[in-house]
Amino acid sequence: MAFISSGYNPDKPMEDRITDIGPKKFDQFYPPVIAKNKGKWLYHEILEPGVLVHVAEGGDEVYTVRCGGARLMSTGLIREICEIADKHCEGHVRFTTRNNIEFMVDDKSKLDPLKKDLEGRKFAGGSFKFPVGGTGAGITNIVHTQGWIHCHTPATDASGTVKATMDEVFGDFQNMRLPAPLRISMACCLNMCGAVHCSDIAILGYHRKPPMLDHEYLDKLCEIPLAIAACPTGAIKPSKVEVNGEQMKSVAVNNDRCMFCGNCYTMCPSLPLADKEGDGIVLMAGGKVSNRISMPKFSKVVVAFLPNETPRWPTMTDTIKKMIEAYSSDANKYERLGEWAERIGWERFFEKCELPFTHHLIDDFRDPAYYTWRQSTQFKF
Amino acid sequence: MKHETPLLDQLESGPWPSFVSDMKAQAEVRANNAENIEFQIPQDAVEDLLGVLELSYEDGTTHWKHGGIVGVFGYGGGVIGRYCDQPDSFPGVAHFHTMRVNQPAGKFYTSEYLRDLCDLWDLRGSGVTNMHGSTGDIILLGTTTPQLEEIFYELTHKFDQDLGGSGSNLRTPADCIGQARCEYACYDTQALCHELTVEYQDELHRPAFPYKFKFKFDGCPNCCVASIARSDLSFVGTWKDDIKVDQEAVASYVGGEFPPNAGAHAGRDWGAFDIQKEVVALCPSQCMKYEDGKLEINNRECVRCMHCINVMPRALRIGDERGLSMLAGAKAPILDGAQMGSLLVPFIKVEEPYDEIKEVIENVWDWWMEEGKNRERLGELIKRQGFQKLLEATNIEPMAQHVQEPRSNPYIFWKEDEVEGGWDRDINEFRKHHQR
Repeated sequence: MAFISSGYNPDKPMEDRITDIGPKKFDQFYPPVIAKNKGKWLYHEILEPGVLVHVAEGGDEVYTVRCGGARLMSTGLIREICEIADKHCEGHVRFTTRNNIEFMVDDKSKLDPLKKDLEGRKFAGGSFKFPVGGTGAGITNIVHTQGWIHCHTPATDASGTVKATMDEVFGDFQNMRLPAPLRISMACCLNMCGAVHCSDIAILGYHRKPPMLDHEYLDKLCEIPLAIAACPTGAIKPSKVEVNGEQMKSVAVNNDRCMFCGNCYTMCPSLPLADKEGDGIVLMAGGKVSNRISMPKFSKVVVAFLPNETPRWPTMTDTIKKMIEAYSSDANKYERLGEWAERIGWERFFEKCELPFTHHLIDDFRDPAYYTWRQSTQFKF
Repeated sequence: MKHETPLLDQLESGPWPSFVSDMKAQAEVRANNAENIEFQIPQDAVEDLLGVLELSYEDGTTHWKHGGIVGVFGYGGGVIGRYCDQPDSFPGVAHFHTMRVNQPAGKFYTSEYLRDLCDLWDLRGSGVTNMHGSTGDIILLGTTTPQLEEIFYELTHKFDQDLGGSGSNLRTPADCIGQARCEYACYDTQALCHELTVEYQDELHRPAFPYKFKFKFDGCPNCCVASIARSDLSFVGTWKDDIKVDQEAVASYVGGEFPPNAGAHAGRDWGAFDIQKEVVALCPSQCMKYEDGKLEINNRECVRCMHCINVMPRALRIGDERGLSMLAGAKAPILDGAQMGSLLVPFIKVEEPYDEIKEVIENVWDWWMEEGKNRERLGELIKRQGFQKLLEATNIEPMAQHVQEPRSNPYIFWKEDEVEGGWDRDINEFRKHHQR
């Protein structure tokens, strides 16, 4: 492969350099009907799963078809999205905050050809390229992270757990039968890049073994005080060790105080902790970000550990489905999963979802832990 | 394919779009190279990506080395360096850096723009992307170090397009769809998101902060971009006057002509719409009444949760005196526990050039940049020094809206100048009246 210069001159790197121009301005990309009616929308309706109409003051309408996307996608697929946009939408398309794809048309007659086109496209392995759905009181796309595709701190994979889960809940992506929207999110470690701490159901990668200490390299590769300060439970202290007869600066980890968060590894390459048997999945539930009826909520840990069962994580997807079914059959209309769990009581949540309650689920992190215990005689048997 | 992938192959079945199928197709496109592209990184990069992922599926651990510091001159962030820990087996991904490209507000695109980006990325990268990163950026996933400057040169010179943020700086701001296609939007989220991104380019490209800092812009309290959970400063649209009620439309809902919640629950028979049960009784502040076919709202008691508007979008509309609330301090658990944004500014007008909003931002930054410890998020500084310090730093008077409830412990600090006579006292004076 022959090197092709872009025009950049490595001998004069600062010459001709353009900086600080920021993103493209949003309004260059608006479809005409959006540009014309921006700020003048009157109301909207969900015509069917995945299809919205917005009506503007002057009577203009825009029809939106939402379809699922894997988030991790090739330029080949983006080119196909462009082809669809050119064919049906005058070259316009957008992506949502949950990484779905939205195609918009300005007339109802353009809707069916677009939908048919999207639904007809499949990958070689048989999966839909652009399944239509993700609206209303159903399950939409799973906000997720890098996993084993690109990150160095994960305890599980993101793209795989998400594909496995979406296949299992696919019916609810294309339906609106739940009491309220159900947001699932995924993060491959507890840095929680994304929305795990605030979702109805959340998949979280978790370690269960303290870091290994690469003493020989630690002082060479790490700022030791930063590794010490990285620990939420004060489990790390500086130490001197002897390696091959040589005195070296390093750290000592008090394994009994370590809860495997991995933050010291983030700061110090000599403290890896990933492990095939140790690593797996924590499930959380009951979070939300909207202010509708109740205030935003954090998700709570409801399953302390499930193993990494590649490639399809069946125990994890079964557990998620069990929660969804219990919620779906029991909650009131408009009630988010967290509102339901709080109304019936978490003791009932565990019973209805058939989830075991273990000591891992009782908060023991600093002063606020106390406020999560039950200072009351109000409970259900 | 270069590598056998029996585990990943099992993720090609099922209805949801398979990233494995997509990656395999892309690997094939590169192998065939019908366009005769002079690939600037290994032609089999995607095959090796699948190979290394299959290895991770076998042994249950990641195969990316720790960290990686690469970038472009002039900037301190925007590129996430990554190296495979099995470079001999998977040379195509020995270097596999990510470039964050600042997305347009609202994530609207033209096919022309996306194709240009694909052309560039096919030539100089893996052809693999994330649409989009959680913070909002277009993620170009996988290229080599020598290509970084070349890609940046083409992005800026040909596309008038900059990188996004990474590191201890202002990260790429993101917004909901706002007024572009939503009747609930209380301000132009795209305009504010874009303006502040452009205004604070230096803070975005050159890390000058104790840690990362994020902005997100929600047009209303439904929080479709989750600003309240996922940004250090969260901008949530709201209004100050009355919810607008169209009684005729209310009657149409009651009469069953309009579907409740715009039809969001159409997949199940929930019975006929019952305005009393589904709206009035669920109002969190119980400030609504439906009597004699008329809906009344005591707007002074309304907390603007959006529920009634969400259920009856054709009958109820946001008020006309619009602005936004600012909340501060959201973050994920590391280090001191997860936080959501805490209300700092209950109401602020959103008017170009947004000077009032910028003043709050810059006051927050002045305080946090001076006082924040290494890798301490704003939310943690607020916990360490107290919410009162944040109010002082931003010149905002304390008000009851700032708390969910007043403190229950009596460990109250007073400032010396608030207390008559000050703190400088003589024990001998005290002893004149109180013998030992």
